[in-house]
Amino acid sequence: MSITTTPRVIEVHRPSQVRRWVGDLPLLPLIILVPFILAAVFADFIAPYDPTEPVRGAKIFEPPFWMEGGSTATLLGTDFQGRDSLSRLIFGARVSLIVGLMGTVVAGGLGTAFGILSGYLGGWVDQAIMRLTDAWLALPALVFAIFLAAVVGPSMWNIVIILGLVYWTRYARVIRGEVLSLREREYVQLAEIAGASSLRVILRHILPNVLNTAMVLASLTIGVVIIAEASLSFLGVGVPPPEPAWGLMLSEARSTLMAGKWWLTVFPGACILLVVLATQLLGDWLRIRLDPQQRNL
Amino acid sequence: MRQFIIRRTCYSIITLLILSLTIFSVVRLTGDPVTLMAEPGARAEDLARVRTQWGLDHSWPVQYAHFVQNILAGNLGISFNYRMPVSELYFERLPNSLQLALAATLLSFLIGIPAGLLSAVRVDGAWDQAGKVVALLGLSIPGFWLGLVLILVFSVYLEWLPTGGKNDWRNLVMPSLALGWYFAASLLRLTRSSMLEVMRSEYIKLARLKGLPGYVVIAKHGFKNALVPVLTLAGVNLVVMVNAAVIIEVVFAWPGIGRLLFEGIFQRDFPLVQGVVVLAGIMIVFVNLLIDILYAYIDPRIRLTR
Amino acid sequence: MSAPLLEVRGLQTHYFSFGGSRIVKAVENVSFVLRKGETLGLVGESGCGKTTTCLSIVGLLPPAARVVGGEIRLNGADLTKKSPREMRRIRGRAIAMILQDPMASLNPLFSIYTQVAEPAYYHLGMRRRPLRQRVQELLRAVRIPSPAMRMRGYPHQMSGGMRQRIVGAIALAGGPKLIIADEPTTNLDVTIQAQYLDLLMDLQQETGVALIFVTHNLGIVAKMCDRMAVMYAGRIVESGAVRDLFSAPKHPYTKALLGSVAKLGSKEPLYAIPGQPPDLARPPTGCAFHPRCADAMPRCATQDPEDVQCGPEWTARCWLPQRAGRGGS
Repeated sequence: MSITTTPRVIEVHRPSQVRRWVGDLPLLPLIILVPFILAAVFADFIAPYDPTEPVRGAKIFEPPFWMEGGSTATLLGTDFQGRDSLSRLIFGARVSLIVGLMGTVVAGGLGTAFGILSGYLGGWVDQAIMRLTDAWLALPALVFAIFLAAVVGPSMWNIVIILGLVYWTRYARVIRGEVLSLREREYVQLAEIAGASSLRVILRHILPNVLNTAMVLASLTIGVVIIAEASLSFLGVGVPPPEPAWGLMLSEARSTLMAGKWWLTVFPGACILLVVLATQLLGDWLRIRLDPQQRNL
Repeated sequence: MRQFIIRRTCYSIITLLILSLTIFSVVRLTGDPVTLMAEPGARAEDLARVRTQWGLDHSWPVQYAHFVQNILAGNLGISFNYRMPVSELYFERLPNSLQLALAATLLSFLIGIPAGLLSAVRVDGAWDQAGKVVALLGLSIPGFWLGLVLILVFSVYLEWLPTGGKNDWRNLVMPSLALGWYFAASLLRLTRSSMLEVMRSEYIKLARLKGLPGYVVIAKHGFKNALVPVLTLAGVNLVVMVNAAVIIEVVFAWPGIGRLLFEGIFQRDFPLVQGVVVLAGIMIVFVNLLIDILYAYIDPRIRLTR
Repeated sequence: MSAPLLEVRGLQTHYFSFGGSRIVKAVENVSFVLRKGETLGLVGESGCGKTTTCLSIVGLLPPAARVVGGEIRLNGADLTKKSPREMRRIRGRAIAMILQDPMASLNPLFSIYTQVAEPAYYHLGMRRRPLRQRVQELLRAVRIPSPAMRMRGYPHQMSGGMRQRIVGAIALAGGPKLIIADEPTTNLDVTIQAQYLDLLMDLQQETGVALIFVTHNLGIVAKMCDRMAVMYAGRIVESGAVRDLFSAPKHPYTKALLGSVAKLGSKEPLYAIPGQPPDLARPPTGCAFHPRCADAMPRCATQDPEDVQCGPEWTARCWLPQRAGRGGS
């Protein structure tokens, strides 16, 4: 039997990139997320009523339409002021998603920047940033966010910044590890030898590679930020009224719990649950897709 | 071991410094601290008095020194509303929070770890699939919403459990469940993966080759090794639990520290708010230190090589 | 000649996967005999079934594998018929095993004392002072310096060589009659290897324990073993005294293996066996080695050869010796 074999010509099929991606799309999370995203973007057009004004002609505490006393004019019932629940939920999506997204962007941006600096520059910069990260991680994020919100005063942008400030540490650690290993790669070392400045090396070589990890991390932790925002709203230090926020709706609903007005509690919370669940699933899918070796994030 | 303790303690002190510095700076950087330190509805001359009283007319480094001094002396200010020292209020309510945290932790250990072990021992079985769902839900359900739903079901409709306050054991059930849910889900995932990894190791194989009884292999060799990463999670989750505790205590009107913080914010009682945050931070750092030491005690590699 | 300690006859172990639709015949009709105090070398390439044979003997096959035929008789008793509980009492006591990777074999969280004491604790019911003394004796026997101090230590404080010796002490702790060593020196430094082998041989002298030594290194076989069995594709293709097989191997595979080992002072060119071992889920018809055999005959492709007696206790599973004339060397 001969040892040598002539190499077989292997045919390579190149399906279009789009088709390859579409075939793999995670249906469940997208099915959940798309309606919420649409609601957030097109709230003004989709919501049947003004979320801050009582519905004319409707009673307060109207139950959802399938129950006795409900009507199809107010599909999911009304709250203690007679405002339409469905409209408030739709507008609430806007707050939750925007704050969640922006907060994650700020946290991710800060964390990635710190991580890159820490990993690439090394030395005392690394030590200092790592100590800072450790210390920050040791403190209760939400409590701090509450404290900051109370001191600074509520407004949407304040909340976004606060959330970013409080959650950046998760990124810093992971990105730093990534950068440490990237630094040893040959193309980075080549660029350094060729005399490229640190900034250039970072921007051209390190950042693009790190973005994958950052994105996966972002999708996995956006849920935490959304829940944090809802918690802040629930406690009254989130985005101020009259903008409806799901957390705020829950806090308002609390006093009606004993009276059995369950729909005011169940629906906003279910929305939070669904959005967070969807982002988690999406994050898992992204993680496996973009980097199967990073299974331990 | 001693070296390890010393080093970890130093890190803790650094953390505390950063904590105090942050609180200190935030207050001063985002506006005039005088307005915060003065009671709501104060007049102009009151503001001036507050300024001198709290030494806010000194330079920042001096103020910071006073700040730290005060903390070390245990003086965290007087609550506007209660007209009592904040530290007194804090330590009065602390046992309640600890009780809740303990109950929640216990509950999550009781639920999460056995479920995780079972999932690992019968991988891909029905139990495992259920476990995966639970784990996912645990991450996605906001604790306070779970609390509200629990109240809806068990207090309003079934009338089995009281809605809030603190009287007897029945008041503990729902808050601990709502607080511990997230932790239970995390424990489940971690125990499962940790146990799976351990069971595949060579030393487990050798343990079987020694002819040790099955339960010894799993319980003695398997579990102790699987426990190690689970313990680290305990430390991290302590922090998460403190976070969630604030809201849960509010939902269930549980007279603990979280609720105290909320009251302070609601009533614009700044000394109370600041004091609670400082004390809570110190407590967490301290507990984390203890947990790290415990961890080193169990895993000899840490105390003997680091 | 005394009755054999271990008698394996016609052992068949298969791996079942994909719901039973794919069967890998890892061990097919394996037979050999081991006497008290003897050392048997089990030789072959990776994947030839050596480890599966050993796991079959101790009854620790992975869930996907099963012994489907044959017998394993330890002092007359058939191990394949024993319940898991009975096997557990045999493991660590009558039969012990040494694994390949010393870095992973010891549990990092338990002291050396605990791990070495376990077999004596559970099988011999020893406690307290006698137990401690036994552990010290064992550590001394495997030449660990300052045993009293060392046994309080932990695995990560020891080098690979020391750890493997501790594994040896664990194996001896229950007072076994048979020790199976699965490539115990493969992960050790070359200089340590020789020390370890010397240790094993000395221990054998002292305790009279029988040894099955699994390896792909013929040099070790030459040094340590009285008899050897060569495995290929789950079958034993030749077995007999080491002296006999080394001087006049009967099976082409054995010849090839010996030819691929460089001999000092020899001018013969090194010989590499072309081709790959067969897929055990779809073994070739006839002799499993025939696709790679330089001396293959037409008969080899169609008929699975039977064992040919080439001498007292020397068998080869091949058609060639028959053609050359019955028996004889």
